Formats: sequence, C-alpha cells, structure tokens
Amino acid sequence: MSENSAGIGDLLGSSRTSFIYQFKSSDIIGTWQSMEMENMPEKFDREEEKGNNSVEIKVLFFARARDLTGVSEMQLAVSAGSTAHDCLNKLILTYPSLEEIRSCMVLALNEEYTPESAVVKNRDELAIIPPISGG
Amino acid sequence: MSDEERNLIEILEENTPIDINKLINYVQAPHCGAIATFSGTTRDTFEGKTVLELRYEAYVPMAIRCIKSICMSARSSWDLGSIAVAHRLGPVSVGETSVFVAISSVHRADTLDACKFVIDEIKASVPIWKKEVYTNGEVWKENSEFVERREELQKPSSDNGNECCRKKVSTDEGHRGRGCCTGKVKINDEMV
Repeated sequence: MSENSAGIGDLLGSSRTSFIYQFKSSDIIGTWQSMEMENMPEKFDREEEKGNNSVEIKVLFFARARDLTGVSEMQLAVSAGSTAHDCLNKLILTYPSLEEIRSCMVLALNEEYTPESAVVKNRDELAIIPPISGG
Repeated sequence: MSDEERNLIEILEENTPIDINKLINYVQAPHCGAIATFSGTTRDTFEGKTVLELRYEAYVPMAIRCIKSICMSARSSWDLGSIAVAHRLGPVSVGETSVFVAISSVHRADTLDACKFVIDEIKASVPIWKKEVYTNGEVWKENSEFVERREELQKPSSDNGNECCRKKVSTDEGHRGRGCCTGKVKINDEMV
C-alpha cells in the first residue's frame, strides 16, 4: 500500500494523501503506475534527443493498409513543419507496399479528413484510410 | 417544434446484433407521425461467388464523429425528430443486419428523404471497412460512393474546418452541401 500511495501521490500532488485511501482497487492504482513507468521516461528521452527539430506522431493503419504493412499502428518521427504528405512518403519508404493503395486512399488527421498539405504537430494522430466500405 | 438534436449513434462491438426495436423506439415521439428506417443486410453472393460472412472494422472515434456530422447535416435540410444509427463490427453472417438507420419526423416526406441521405452519406464518408469472405478467399470491399467523394474529402478546408461532414455553406441557392457530406440538392440531382 505504501508503494501505491507514493505513486498516486506523485500523480495527484502531495497534499492528496487522505484521498488516496478511498481507492479500494489496487488494480487501478497498479495500472496508473505502470503507465507512468512505461511511457513517461521513454517519451522524455526521445524528446530530449530530438530537440525542437522534430515531431512524433501516431500513425494508424486500417483494413487493407493494415494488411499491407502488417501493423495497426506505429510512432513516426518527422522533422518539424512536415506535412501529412511528407509523412506518407516516409511511411512508404518503410512499407513500400503502401504504394498499392496510394492513389485510392485518403488521410485523416486527428479524426478528421485532411488534405495532404496539412502540417502535422507533435502527438497528432494520422490515419491511413483505404477505400471505405461500410454499410 | 423543438429542434433539439436527439441522436443515437452506436458502433457495436463484435458479436453484438443490432437491436432494431430499441432504435425504432428511440426515435418514436408523440409529435412525429412518421418513422422511416433503412436496414442493410449481408448478401449471400457477390459476382457469382458464395459469401460466407462479412467482417467489419471501423476507426471508431472518427466514425462516430462522422455520423454525428451527417446527422447535423440532415437536420439542416429536413425537419426531423430523432435519428438513430447503428453499425455492427466484427463478423456478420449472411442475412443479418449490418447497418440500421431510423429517423422520425412530423410528416413522412422529411424522414423518407433524410433516411436515404443518411445511408448514402454513411457509405460515402464514414471510416468503416468490410471484408467479404468467400469459400475460396477474401477481399476488402470499396464503396463507389467513397470513390466519387474521395477528391472532395481531401480538399483543403475553407472556413468550416475539416470536419468529416462539413456544415453546409449557405449559398444563393439555399441548401447546398459541401465537403464529405453533401446536401439535399445533390441527392435530388442524382435522382433526376
């Protein structure tokens, strides 16, 4: 319990100790701790390494795009000021098979359809949208 | 009549059938004299090949945004009560409902037209994919509505931002859709 208290205390601020004891589920606290430990230090390291000259985005692959790449998502580092078009070019270098759907797909940036000229920002979510077929 | 936006949008997890009665009940209202529904069901053959099942997947948060946007657009063209839209994910066996739309309105003309508009827009712009599984292979399907809309989806935004289904831009002609979700006028053009 003392370990959990320390973790949550760090997360919420030191003055919240009495609040912590209201949590009954150690699972939830455990999850929060592991998220902190796995993601945060790595993220800081990468940002330090890159300085201000690059941004890191998340790329999502759906349907045929996922079949072609074999992955459903990945992190992509590109230089600051890069457009969605630049990102796509870089992705095609990594996964040349994506070229197959390039002329029929569209892109979405942060859950909205986007022109390829849009500039991506750090932590943006870029999705490769192959021809849709809902209904 | 109150123009409150009463929409129910469901992207259902695998192995969850669409509760059609629930959706119809949702749109039912004392002031609405009409309910139109559309039910999309899976076919057993495609170009002579026997279809075993269809498998759906979606970019769920964006799909929900897009459907909301379509509902908004429909409301700007027609006087509607409530709208309910459900789409299944995962495997859907032949003969089952994969997509369902229910819309209520005071008079039938509004809901009948809006219902066609909503399903057409879903097919054109909502990021949901279906794979057809045959006895001897499988293929990702492509909606012709999307292929026709593709250029428009990639256009730089004007003043409305790049919503999946942009709000209508008022023009001299009145109702005129723009962006992924076009309006009533275009539908009428297509029907002529």
